Amino acid sequence: MIPSIPQSQAFKKTYSVYVGLFFLFLLAPLIVVAVFSLNDSLFPSLPWEGFTLDWYFEDSKERRGLFHDRAIVDSIGTSLVIAVCVAVMSISVAVSNALLFERYHFRGKSVLYSLMLLPLVIPGVILGISILSFSSGIANNLEDNYGMDLELLRPGFLLIVLGQFAFISTMATLVISARLRKFDIQLEEAALNLGASRFDVFRTITLPWLKPAIMGSAIVAFLMSFENFNTTLILAGSDSPLTITLFDRMREGSTPVLNAVSTLLMLGSGALALFSLFVQRKKEQ
Amino acid sequence: MLKLTGKNLSFYLLLMPLLLTLGLLIVLPQLDMLGVSLRERISYGEYKFSFLHYTEFFTEPLYWNTFLRTAVMSIMATLLTLLIAFPIAWYIAKVAQGKNKKLLFLACLIPFWVSELVRTYGWMILLRESGIISGFLQWSGLSSGPVELLYNDITVMTGLIYASMLFMVVPLVSTLEGMDDSLVEAAYDLGASTFTVIRSIILPYAMPGVISGCIVVFMLTLGNYLTPTLLGGKHSLWFTEQIFTQFITRFNWEQGAAFGVLLLTLSSLLVWTGLKLSGQSFKQAVAS
Repeated sequence: MIPSIPQSQAFKKTYSVYVGLFFLFLLAPLIVVAVFSLNDSLFPSLPWEGFTLDWYFEDSKERRGLFHDRAIVDSIGTSLVIAVCVAVMSISVAVSNALLFERYHFRGKSVLYSLMLLPLVIPGVILGISILSFSSGIANNLEDNYGMDLELLRPGFLLIVLGQFAFISTMATLVISARLRKFDIQLEEAALNLGASRFDVFRTITLPWLKPAIMGSAIVAFLMSFENFNTTLILAGSDSPLTITLFDRMREGSTPVLNAVSTLLMLGSGALALFSLFVQRKKEQ
Repeated sequence: MLKLTGKNLSFYLLLMPLLLTLGLLIVLPQLDMLGVSLRERISYGEYKFSFLHYTEFFTEPLYWNTFLRTAVMSIMATLLTLLIAFPIAWYIAKVAQGKNKKLLFLACLIPFWVSELVRTYGWMILLRESGIISGFLQWSGLSSGPVELLYNDITVMTGLIYASMLFMVVPLVSTLEGMDDSLVEAAYDLGASTFTVIRSIILPYAMPGVISGCIVVFMLTLGNYLTPTLLGGKHSLWFTEQIFTQFITRFNWEQGAAFGVLLLTLSSLLVWTGLKLSGQSFKQAVAS
């Protein structure tokens, strides 16, 4: 209960222990993954054989560290390119959507808004299969009727980007709309009165106001894309992104290289998290 | 005739990306999936309208058993998550102070920043036969041989709860933070028991947070693929696995699409019931 209500010592102790156990539960899997990427053994399990960085940097027959593992390095590259594309597309559409929903009143607005929220509640696997079946339908049609073979519409890069974009843009729209709602419209009116063009007003007044939200949601969009699994699994072709490569390896059995990649992922997203905190702090000032 | 100038023009320019995105990536693909699920393949490139793949679902026990199992386990996972998360959210919102509070809240967000794949992998290392917990039990003499803790329902449930914890804690914390402590103090002053305070003061106040947390957690659990597959192994019997098998392994798109439609119907139905019971709107629950 709240501190101002007297409670028995036993209750307070039990409560603290519960909270402590909860955070142990939350962090244990992550700590274990990181620790066993440093174990000098062929398997990520006990006993502890000593400290090593082999699983990151070594390049020998039985120990191929992650930076020498072509398949993994390549798939990290693929994931990076996909994530950048998804983040840029999501942010552009989100800014446009936010302006539309916050500045205009039109018939069917509420229906459109609900439709826009829909991707958040469609399970990723279903989003994936619906886009796959739709684009394959188009591709088959083009092939049968016009003899065109559009590789682009088959599972692979473009479909992954579109599939992830479909729900990540919704997230970005919500964040950017929330920021735009707090904007004082008089600032724009004043600028227009003083003779600025609509485009200038947007570029020099509205956009800078939105910048923290844009940066924040760009980081989250990048991360959501990089770590997405469900939709990507369905839409991935031969050049698979990192999560899919890792998943395939995990099913074959685990090696400490997987721990090393996972640790690298955690460090990467940790750095992004700190960066986004920093961006938010600047916004508050 | 429309006049495309000034404000009018920019309206249509802003409307375009939204309509294109929604149309091409959401509405048309979903309708297409519905169409595919309602056809039967006669020969190459020839189809006819039929409910075959829906009747298949109801006549094959494996399919609807998996479906029911997924639904029941998702509901259980949601309720357990709520039960475990509520005291934590209360602690963060009301008991912890200052820096401590901020730190605990950030710690709750950590799993969001770490890929689901990595988290599940962590559980695999902990729980499998050659894993940490099994090793610890042997070392401490509590068990004479290796213990396999993976591939059973309890493990899958643990994994599901773990995966969705954050989506319950965050809305609960933000609702509870808005509650005035003096409400609880007043109730105690007037002689209410702890149970009464929780039931008639705290729970009603926290309801919006409870509902939006439950909805998000339920939908994420229902659509989860990784956790049941990796922690449950071959016998996890999760419905998204069934969809994946039909679509990718067996290449039976019609059946896979029918399953997709059924899963979507189930989740909409349960979410709708939840909203009706609590009198909240879809927009409030999702966008918060």
